[in-house]
Amino acid sequence: MRLADDFRSSQLARGLVGGIRRNSTRKARLMEFCGGHTVAIMKHGIRQLLPPTIEMLSGPGCPVCVTGNADLDKAIALARIPGVILTTFGDMLKVPGSRSSLQEARAEGADVRMVYSTLDALQIARQNPSRQVVFLGVGFETTAPTVAASVLQADKEGVGNYFVLSLHKLCPPVIKAILDSGEIRIGGLICPGHVSAVVGSQSWDFIARDYGIPCVVSGFEPLDILQSVHMLVSQVEKGESRVEIAYRRGVSAEGNKRALEIMYQVFEPGAAAWRGVGAVAASGLKLRKAYQRFDAESAFRFDPGPTVEPKGCICGEVLRAVKTPRDCKLFRTVCTPANPVGPCMVSSEGSCAAYYLYEATDER
Amino acid sequence: MCLAVPALVKSIDGDEAEVELGGVTRRASLMLTPEAKVGDYVLLHAGYAINIVDQSEAEETLSMLREMARLGEDNE
Repeated sequence: MRLADDFRSSQLARGLVGGIRRNSTRKARLMEFCGGHTVAIMKHGIRQLLPPTIEMLSGPGCPVCVTGNADLDKAIALARIPGVILTTFGDMLKVPGSRSSLQEARAEGADVRMVYSTLDALQIARQNPSRQVVFLGVGFETTAPTVAASVLQADKEGVGNYFVLSLHKLCPPVIKAILDSGEIRIGGLICPGHVSAVVGSQSWDFIARDYGIPCVVSGFEPLDILQSVHMLVSQVEKGESRVEIAYRRGVSAEGNKRALEIMYQVFEPGAAAWRGVGAVAASGLKLRKAYQRFDAESAFRFDPGPTVEPKGCICGEVLRAVKTPRDCKLFRTVCTPANPVGPCMVSSEGSCAAYYLYEATDER
Repeated sequence: MCLAVPALVKSIDGDEAEVELGGVTRRASLMLTPEAKVGDYVLLHAGYAINIVDQSEAEETLSMLREMARLGEDNE
């Protein structure tokens, strides 16, 4: 079975678009929460296929983008401690903090290593027993269980030089914060597919129930997204608000219970600061007491210095969906993927990077 | 960052598996999906299988999509 190719059929896409155009009579603003969806929508030119009744907004679902400068500065300060090896997913390397990026810190002598997985970070710790290996834990519920699993593995093996800087974030609380702010009104939500693979579609029930917003959990292929829009339009037209799953091959109502168990065995919810949104209660993950010795923040003394925000950058507003990259004076002029000012231009899932790369095919 | 791709489980050794994606074989952890079996597709994210792909659901979704597409085309 060719799981990806089957969901890219242009013939089926045409039929789905026809169905959406036929069914859609009411104006609706649909938000895709996830940066992966933003990229897929831009890359496949889905916005231009939709009828004028449908407006698509991009949400804050990019873990790199929502990591604030104060937190980035912590990672950079940790990387500069002699003896520390800072391991990170590649997306974080070029994100500018208040004074430098991890990549610049590396150029100045810090030992910063890109890894594909926490399995690699743990292996670096095993191979370098005289060094302290810190994993930069950035990611949502999709990623946090993999970091928790590495902590359990390190604990089991007695690896004493492995640490985690936990900047993980939880999606449902931030969606709630954005909806509660009243700053934007949305008529439908495309819920993140791989976050939902872990937390289950039931995590979005409160949005349909308490806010009356139709929700559909989507996969990442073009047909997945068109199907989700089709299902959202049907709900909008009928005046319904339910949680539906378009991505049934990867997502169930209850999610991956084992992954959630491991995540909550190691971490507990704590406050987190989101770029653009600010502090949101219980939207982050901190290490539980039993695993405190893996916590890089308490294991090391370091001074991240004062936080400075980039001048003129509107990443915060872009993440709250109150502005688009086109509203930013720096976009395409000063701020480019080669010379990014804000994180939304750095991350491959950032709205600014997606607009930069694919806007030529998305002029509405 | 939440990118996950379907990978085919080729063999299992404890909580590690050899998986194939796009013709390339690599190691993956099954710590989060201990029920995965050889022949299953898993969603691979950052070296871990975060869920098992339900192939019968995939088939069902595809036949539903074909029906939705047919209805949409009839009206074009």
